Formats: sequence, structure tokens, C-alpha cells
Amino acid sequence: MSRRVLVVACTAIYTFLMLPLLVVFPISFSSAAYMQFPPPGLSWQWYERYLDDPQWIDATVRSLYVGVATAILAVVLGVPLAFSLVRGRFPGRWLLDRIALAPLIVPTIILSISVYGLFAKLKLIGEWYGLVIAHTVLALPFVVLVMAAGLRDFDRALEQAAEGLGASRLRTLLKITLPLLRPSLVSAGLLAFISSFDELVVALFLAGPNMTLPKKMFDNIMMEIDPTIAAVSVMQILLVSVVLVLIDRFGRGLRGSAR
Amino acid sequence: MPAKEAKHSANLSVEGLQKRFGDVVALDGVSLDIASGELLTILGPSGSGKTTLLKIVAGFEKPDAGVVRIDGTDITALPPARRDIGMVFQNYALFPHLTVRANVAFPLEMRNIGKAEIDRRVGEALQLVELAGYDQRLPRQLSGGQQQRVALARAIVFNPRLLLLDEPFGALDRKLRETMQLEVRRLQRRLGLTTIFITHDQEEALVLSDRVAVMNRGCIQQVATTTEIYERPANDFVADFVGESNIFHGTVTEPGVVSLEGGRRLLVNSSVRTVGQRLGVLIRPERFGRGTNVFAGEVKEAVYLGVSFKLRIACDDGLELIVRQPARGALPAPGTRMNVAVDPGEIHVF
Amino acid sequence: MSSRLGGVLPALPALLLLFFFFLFPVVRMLGYSVEGGSFEWYAKALGQGLYLQVFWNTFEIALIVTAICLLLGYPLGFLLATTTPGWATLGFIFVLLPLWTSVLVRTYAWMVLLGRNGVFNRLLVQGGVISDPLPLLNNFTGVLIGMVHVLLPYMVLPIYGAVRRVDPALISAAQGLGASNARIFRRVYLPLTLPGIFAGAVIVFVLSLGFYITPALLGGGRVMMLAVMIEQEVHQTLNWPFAAALSASLLVVTLAVYAAAQRFMRAGAGS
Repeated sequence: MSRRVLVVACTAIYTFLMLPLLVVFPISFSSAAYMQFPPPGLSWQWYERYLDDPQWIDATVRSLYVGVATAILAVVLGVPLAFSLVRGRFPGRWLLDRIALAPLIVPTIILSISVYGLFAKLKLIGEWYGLVIAHTVLALPFVVLVMAAGLRDFDRALEQAAEGLGASRLRTLLKITLPLLRPSLVSAGLLAFISSFDELVVALFLAGPNMTLPKKMFDNIMMEIDPTIAAVSVMQILLVSVVLVLIDRFGRGLRGSAR
Repeated sequence: MPAKEAKHSANLSVEGLQKRFGDVVALDGVSLDIASGELLTILGPSGSGKTTLLKIVAGFEKPDAGVVRIDGTDITALPPARRDIGMVFQNYALFPHLTVRANVAFPLEMRNIGKAEIDRRVGEALQLVELAGYDQRLPRQLSGGQQQRVALARAIVFNPRLLLLDEPFGALDRKLRETMQLEVRRLQRRLGLTTIFITHDQEEALVLSDRVAVMNRGCIQQVATTTEIYERPANDFVADFVGESNIFHGTVTEPGVVSLEGGRRLLVNSSVRTVGQRLGVLIRPERFGRGTNVFAGEVKEAVYLGVSFKLRIACDDGLELIVRQPARGALPAPGTRMNVAVDPGEIHVF
Repeated sequence: MSSRLGGVLPALPALLLLFFFFLFPVVRMLGYSVEGGSFEWYAKALGQGLYLQVFWNTFEIALIVTAICLLLGYPLGFLLATTTPGWATLGFIFVLLPLWTSVLVRTYAWMVLLGRNGVFNRLLVQGGVISDPLPLLNNFTGVLIGMVHVLLPYMVLPIYGAVRRVDPALISAAQGLGASNARIFRRVYLPLTLPGIFAGAVIVFVLSLGFYITPALLGGGRVMMLAVMIEQEVHQTLNWPFAAALSASLLVVTLAVYAAAQRFMRAGAGS
């Protein structure tokens, strides 16, 4: 009996979780000229508005390349960092560990205004690469967590075998270690991308007039609730779904690490 | 550059190897010589240091002291990639993302050998381990025994000077293990490859080896042929570890006689002369039969093993004996009184 | 060991990035708070009733959000951990999808749902349940709902992990000894999953303290949480020292909560 109560309760909670995601779909197809629920009819108008507006497209494209650049930089920096943390034996490793995960602990607002203050001095506000740097700082902990988990499960005997068979350390890394870590690499890259693509708080401070997609959405929401935002939201949900499917298929399952 | 195509098998010698891990002494002055083309088994319980010894020979650990030489050359400081040693790991360590062919070809690629030559040699190696036709499979598609053979092929395809096997058959079932033991033996003989085999299974050691080195607590207890090890163990540990045994201690009271603790007088080989000498005495359970040493006692336990009976007999004078007899007739029930005898020539002293 | 890819060298590029673009800017910014060597901004932040109220508000909201997330999150985590793999996968999708969907998207959706002319009110009014729309947005309630929604997955995942780790043999043993389901839950599951509950609660609480987007959008300016105030001080009032003092206070509380949690966990693990 109590099992059934549990299932019913959970269904209600799940409804609560999914409701917002579901509600944006009908809104985005509304044929009304303003926010109205239920929508009187179906139309593509808000999607067309989005595609026709250079500002929206601009913001989307910027978010895309900032996201890709962040993913690349975070992986290039984070993978060696993870190797150091998992395999290294040097004094102060525990400190490095704390520092690597610190961006997760420090509230993003604090990081945002700090970097804003510094970048204002360095005239980096509004520059896309400034944003990439800040986003990379935020993405590094994700990359480290995923790669460290993958490294810990890695069978070192394979590397020993490769060396015994004549491979130098570099060749072992390139031919054996990294290819076998590919699922973790894929997950890390995709998580870094999504965390940058969705990121708002830092972008609020650093993006300036050159907006990322979240910043444009935020400005729109503050000024008017136009169902175009619903259309953008739907596309974002679809993008996240695609990324999650990619992670599941090609990456390391997220279920292993319950964080 | 690694030595190219060493066509002859090397001889290996280690001298005075010492290794500690923190407080634990893994190797305490180990020295060993292995002749070219020989199969030597290092036999010992877990913690005896045998795996550490193997890792030092392979180059994955550095000894605290001591030297490793191959064909007289000191290789102690050489990285594993340059030692030209083939190794089969306990869990095979096949590269899961590469096919059987790619796995076996790997060492050849590392030596920058041409593609045509690689194809030929890989084909030969797979032929040798009877896995021709499996080359496009992935390791996870193979059974344990097949993976084992791929690991073997990969370890010999580049004509190494030395082959190391680290308890390779632990995960296999009994029948498969026996088959693989004979296969490794056959392969080794055919290639004439100097081989070191590590195991804790003393039966396996006896089946495979030319010589056996018994290790315990970081020291080599005895190095000898299989017969020597079994028939004439050098000390308590070897006697007890290899095969079943009845081990007693006593003193020589007159030539050819040992008086055991507890009073029993045992007639042994007449070459035992030094009166007053303290000795260990070994009687293998299957050596009981006719003889001048007679023990009277009661059967405490009896086990039927198909081929033989295994009996535990409590003798009247306090000794406990393990006796093996061919299985004929009915299994003696516990409580039965029995006499067993052993000839002085079947008793080994150390 | 030969194949040691360790040493601190590979970590250096990342370390440099973290130092110059994380540690340095944060410390620099916090330094503003002691303008001219005086602590007047801290006095203002923590002394004046108005600003102290903001601290308490933030705390209060974080506590309530954590409590609600616990209430909702435990059943979910429990169900996910004890159901068949097929259902579990589906359940996970419904947890991970909201988790990885942009906070902005989710918050916007709540604006759509909770507004005066929003979905809920429309349905309730048209259905004749109420005559006037409920004030669900631009107030405390709206912020609460939004934050619970965003943070619930962070509670579910650690609890899921903790429930999974409970040895099924213990449950069978308890059942064999005659314990009812309720008893089993209280005596076996609850105590054993305490670490997971604790971990989830700490994460949710600390994230709530520093939350910006949801209170900013759903609060309508009426729900002043710390992060919102910090943003205002920087963007509108341009009062950096004050913003720095507020940030430092927030950071200290955050680190203190984490440190206390670690101490507690370690003590718990010993028993």
C-alpha cells in the first residue's frame, strides 16, 4: 500500500518538475499576439520572429561559439589537471584539489562581479574571449569531476602492458589512455558546452552590448513577455535533450556519479 | 631503440635485489640465475614477493638495491619499453578498444616494422596459439581462454628475449587451466624462449617447469628441479608448501635413527650419521606402504578422492599422520584401527 | 611507477587560469570592502536593520527551500533507487532534463505559469474555483516555487546515491524479522541514508544563499536576496565597497556551512 502512495506522490512531484518545460511548448506555438493561455490557435509566428530578428540570431551564434570555445579550452586545461590530481604525488595536492573545485563552491555572483571589476580595467568587457575565459573557470570543475571519475576507473595495467610492449609514455597516452577515456572526454566537453551556453549571471556582467543568448532572453523578459522567448526556450530544451542523448550514447553515463 | 629481433633467448640474472614498500619488506636479498631457454617457475604464497620480483625484472618497479642483468648487460635502470621483454598479465590487459589483430600488432607497430611484415608475423602468432580467423574480434567477444591466448600471442610476436607470465591462469576453470598449462609448455619448448612463470599453485609449478624457485617473505627458499623440490625440500616451508606433507622434527641419536619430539624412534636413511644434529623429517602421504617404521593408530578422518583415499590417522604415540592410499575396497570408517608403515628410504630429512 | 603521468606540471596551465581569473579577481574585489583600512562597510552591511533584514531573508528562504526540497526530494530519490531499471531510466530523464535546462528557461516558464494572467490563475478562474487571481508571482511565493523547482534535482541525486548504497540484504533481513514497511523505513533506510540527505541539504542550502536569477525574475523587486542586492550595488548604485562587503559576508557564510558540513560528515563516518 505504501508503495502505491509513494508512486502517486512521485508522479505529482514529477509533474511539478516537468510542468514548466512542457508549458512553454504550447505557448511558443500560440497564434495570439501576446501572452495568452490557452493559446487560441497554432502558428509558427514566434519561431519566425526569432529567425527574422538579427539580434536573436546574433546572440545565438555568439552563445554557440563561446560555448564551443569554452568546451575546448576547459577540456584542454582540465584534462591535464585531472591527471595531476588523480595520479600525481606532490605536496599540496589537496590544495590544488580544493582550488580546482572552488568555482563550484563560490557563489557565481561573487565570481561575476570580481571578474567584471578586473575585466573593466583590462577593457575586456564585451569581448567574446573574455567571456570564454570566465566560462572556462566555471566549467573546469565539471571537466575535472568527470575526468577524475574516468581516470579512477581506468585499468593501469593496460598502460603497463603498452609500455612493456615497447610504447613510449607519449605513445601510450595517445594510443591507449586517451582513446579509452573518450567517453569521459565526450561527457566533459558536452557538459562544459552546455554550462556555457546556458550561463547567465557572468554574461550579465561581461557581455556588454554583444549579447549571449541567455542575456538577450533575460533582457527580453525584463522588458516584455513576448512569446518569442517561449520559442527560444523550446529550442533550448530541445538542444539540452540532444546533448543529454549524446552524452548517454557516446559519453560516460551520468548515473554513476550521483552529484 | 629497442634491440631488434633478438633471435636467441637471453639468460637472466638478478643479484641481491632489495625492495621495501614503506614498512613492508617485499624483497630481501634475492639472487637468481635463469639459463637461456629455461622455464623457471617462481612459486610462493601471496605476499612472498614474487610479483614484486617480476615487476622489477619487467621494469615497472625499481629495486632499492641490486642488479638485473640480461645476457650480462645491466638493465636495472632501463625503462620497460626498451627491455624487449614479453609479458602476460594476470588479467590479460588486452586493449579493449582494439581488435585481436590490432592488439597483437601493437608491439610491432611500436618498433616501426612495415605493414606487410606486421601482417605476416601477426598471422603466424595467431596460428601458433590456434586463433587464426579471430583477428577481427574484440577482446570482450572472446572467452577467458581465448583472451589468454591473444595475450600470449601479443607477448611473443616481437621475438622477445624473455617471457614473463604473472599468474595468468587464475581466472580459468580447472580443465581449461590444465590445457593452457600444457599449451604454454609446448609453445615455450618450440620457441626455446627463456620464460619466468609466477604462480601460487604448486601443482601448476610442477607441471610446467624445468626448475622451481620457492619464495617466501621476500626470500628464495630453494631453487631446484621439480623432482628435487618435491622429493628433497630444503626446509620446513618448502616441504609444507609443495604437496602434502607430514613434517616432524627431531634429533639424530645414532646413525640412521632420528628420535622425534615425543619419543618416537624413526629409522631413516643410513647416510644420516651426525649424532646430536637437529633435523626436519618429511614423509609424503603417498609413500606409506611396506617398511620398517610402523605406526599404529586410529582413523580420525577419511576422504574419498576418486583416485585415492586420504586418511588422517592419530597414532598411539601422539603423532598425527596424513596418509594417501590407492582407492581399493571400502573407505575406512573413522574409529577404525589401522597400521601404516614407511620405508626408511622414503623418508627425507633436511 | 613508470607510467606516472603525475607531477604538478600538467596542472600548470589550468592553475594559471584559475589563479589569474579566479583567485586574483575575487581577492582583489573583496579587498575593496576595507576601503582605506576601515570596516565601515561591514558595519553598514551587518549593523543597519535594513541590510541585516536582507541577510535574514536570504537565510530564511534558503532554509525553507531546503526543507521543501528534502520533503519532495527524498521520495523521488527513494523511488528512483528502488524501482526497475526501465522505470529508473525514465525517471532519470525527468530529473536530468530540468537540471540541465537553462535556469532562465525554467524561471521564464514559471513566470508564464504563475502570473495574474498566467496558466494557473486562468484555469482556476475559468474553472470557477476562485474569483480573483492568486498572487503567485512577484512575491515570496513565486520565488519559493521557482527555487524549489531549480534546486530539487540537486537534492534528488545524492539521496538516490545513498539509497542505492543500502545493502538489500539488510532490508531482506529486516523483513524476515517481521518489520513493517514503515518500521523498515524509519529504522533502516533513514539512518543509513542520512549522509546522502545531509549532502543534498548542504548543496541546496548553499546554492540558495547565492541565488540570483530566480529571485530577480520571480521576485519582482520585492524579494531581496543577497545576490540580487549585490548586483544592484554594482550595476546601479556603483557602490563597490559595499558590494564587496556583502560578497565577503556571503562567502564567509558559504564556506562556514561547507566546513561545518565536512566536519559533521567526518564525525558521522567514524561512528
